Amino acid sequence: MTTTDAAAAADAHTAAADAHTPAASPVPAPLDGAKLKADFPLLTREINGQPIVYLDSAATSQKPHSVIAAMSDYYDRYNANVHRSAYFIAEQATTQTELARQKVRRFIGAAHTEEIIFTKNATEALNLVVNSWGRTNLANGDAVLLSLLEHHSNIVPWHILSAERNLELRWIPVGDDFQLDLSNLDELLEGVKVVAISAMSNVLGTLPPVSAIAEAAHERGAVVVCDACQFVPNRVCDVASLGADFVAFSGHKMCGPTGIGVLWGRRELLEEMPPFLGGGEMILDVSTEGFLPNTLPWKFEAGTPPIAEMVGLGAAVDYLSGVGMEAIAAYEEDLVAYAQKTLKDKFGDDIAIHGPADGPRGGSISFAYRDIHPHDVSQILDQYGVCVRAGHHCAKPLMKHLGAQATARASLYLYNTREDIDCLAEALSKASEIF
Amino acid sequence: MSGLEDLYREIILDHYRSPRNRGDLPCPPAHKGEGFNPLCGDDVVLYLLADGGVIADVKIGGNGCSISQASASMMSCAIMGKTFAEARAINEAFKNILSIPDVDSNGQDVGAGETGANQEVSLGDLQALQGVMKFPVRIKCATLGWNVLTDSLDELDSC
Ligand SMILES: Cc1ncc(COP(=O)(O)O)c(C=O)c1O
Repeated sequence: MTTTDAAAAADAHTAAADAHTPAASPVPAPLDGAKLKADFPLLTREINGQPIVYLDSAATSQKPHSVIAAMSDYYDRYNANVHRSAYFIAEQATTQTELARQKVRRFIGAAHTEEIIFTKNATEALNLVVNSWGRTNLANGDAVLLSLLEHHSNIVPWHILSAERNLELRWIPVGDDFQLDLSNLDELLEGVKVVAISAMSNVLGTLPPVSAIAEAAHERGAVVVCDACQFVPNRVCDVASLGADFVAFSGHKMCGPTGIGVLWGRRELLEEMPPFLGGGEMILDVSTEGFLPNTLPWKFEAGTPPIAEMVGLGAAVDYLSGVGMEAIAAYEEDLVAYAQKTLKDKFGDDIAIHGPADGPRGGSISFAYRDIHPHDVSQILDQYGVCVRAGHHCAKPLMKHLGAQATARASLYLYNTREDIDCLAEALSKASEIF
Repeated sequence: MSGLEDLYREIILDHYRSPRNRGDLPCPPAHKGEGFNPLCGDDVVLYLLADGGVIADVKIGGNGCSISQASASMMSCAIMGKTFAEARAINEAFKNILSIPDVDSNGQDVGAGETGANQEVSLGDLQALQGVMKFPVRIKCATLGWNVLTDSLDELDSC
């Protein structure tokens, strides 16, 4: 089977699946986090003699049994390289990976399957854009507009290119309400070639208005790169309404495995872009004189891909779709509101939450508790089985703006419950006994 | 919660709450060294005033968690007034109780040096930091200031 045949087979499969999907109900079925916990083997573990309370899903999510099973099924039953051979299990591997691509396409509302490019993670996806699109389209002195919320993975690649091209990096500031301050957006956009923004902050939970920013950017002819690493796992993502030209995310934050990420890009742009990495898979022809790149999406997928991880990501998308992204978003909004209220009620001015106090926000709750260093906070919480992250969360420019060297961060996902939040609050009160 | 009590000994918390030799020294004549823990953003600044191979004065600056800051404070007390050789021996003995080889702040092994002698070094209060051993991720915090000391003494020796 050729790659195109495999894609066609996968397409036929998805079309059949589409036909059998019942019409989406307008009201999402409410979600029961406690019930969902049972789907995640790791969440049944005990740490220091207590049930684990995992509150670090913004760093990486836990994996449901179905994802783990899909990956071991690949290794158990059809482990073979893809796109290379005609024997049965190789075809099966090829079909399953292309099926995963279809699933991702539907999950994010992309128009074309070949717009879904598998990468190692979101970081590689963003580096692909900067190296391929950026290197081709940015000239010496061109301006790039970033937001101060960005993760290092959407900052450093631009810095690297800037070292060669002397780019002008501009920054959309963050206001006291932890929202992007867009009051000077028009000025900031003046002459800008590309805007690189996050759709959900991994530190503050802020949800920047990506589509409005994209619209303004497009009016000026700028291209928009969106880091949706936190957004895709937690919200309904429809790339058409998001309005960006490129969207990057990682499998491991959305119930999938590590080692796989996605770059979605508008087909017209991707087609014009040169390959990023060279090697097998990404060529149609190679001679002693040169090479002819493969068509999309394989043009950007050099070498043997992460096959088990593609299959695992497909299973993760199935899992999330099964629960329902609208239900997940609604559940998390409710849980994050409960968490903020619980922490404020219990600790008052002893706790400062860096993030929007009300209104829609993501599930990352960064906080300072009294003057106890975040590293010590997370160490003490760990003794009670509560996993939170302490540090700069790969967002040092933002941390500098917050005036914090580090914060502690509790981040929620579909399997967390109000009881988890109560455990966090209880464990936090123990920190006062030590310091 | 016995584990936590091992980590947060009273003497450690005391140095964290009331850090000794806190501040800075004019450079020159003093020497300034700085170390970061990129994982958690902790930093320790070490000012050493050398007088003929003796540490005549020490000041500590920087910010970070209880373990990094208390360890640096305890270090400042331990090396005050000592010769470079004595300070190196204390450094080595301290790192030995955390059973890691002597490394500079880039994690490069700079050789354990002529060991044996340091068995005689009395660590006193510093012994309290041994509880950090049970919390491997915090060893980097405990040794942050000490790695700066290694680098600073090397630089002072080479000039
Ligand atoms: C907002 C955001 N962008 C990018 C990344 C980078 O993801 P990865 O390390 O999987 O490439 C992360 C995760 O750490 C993130 O939270």
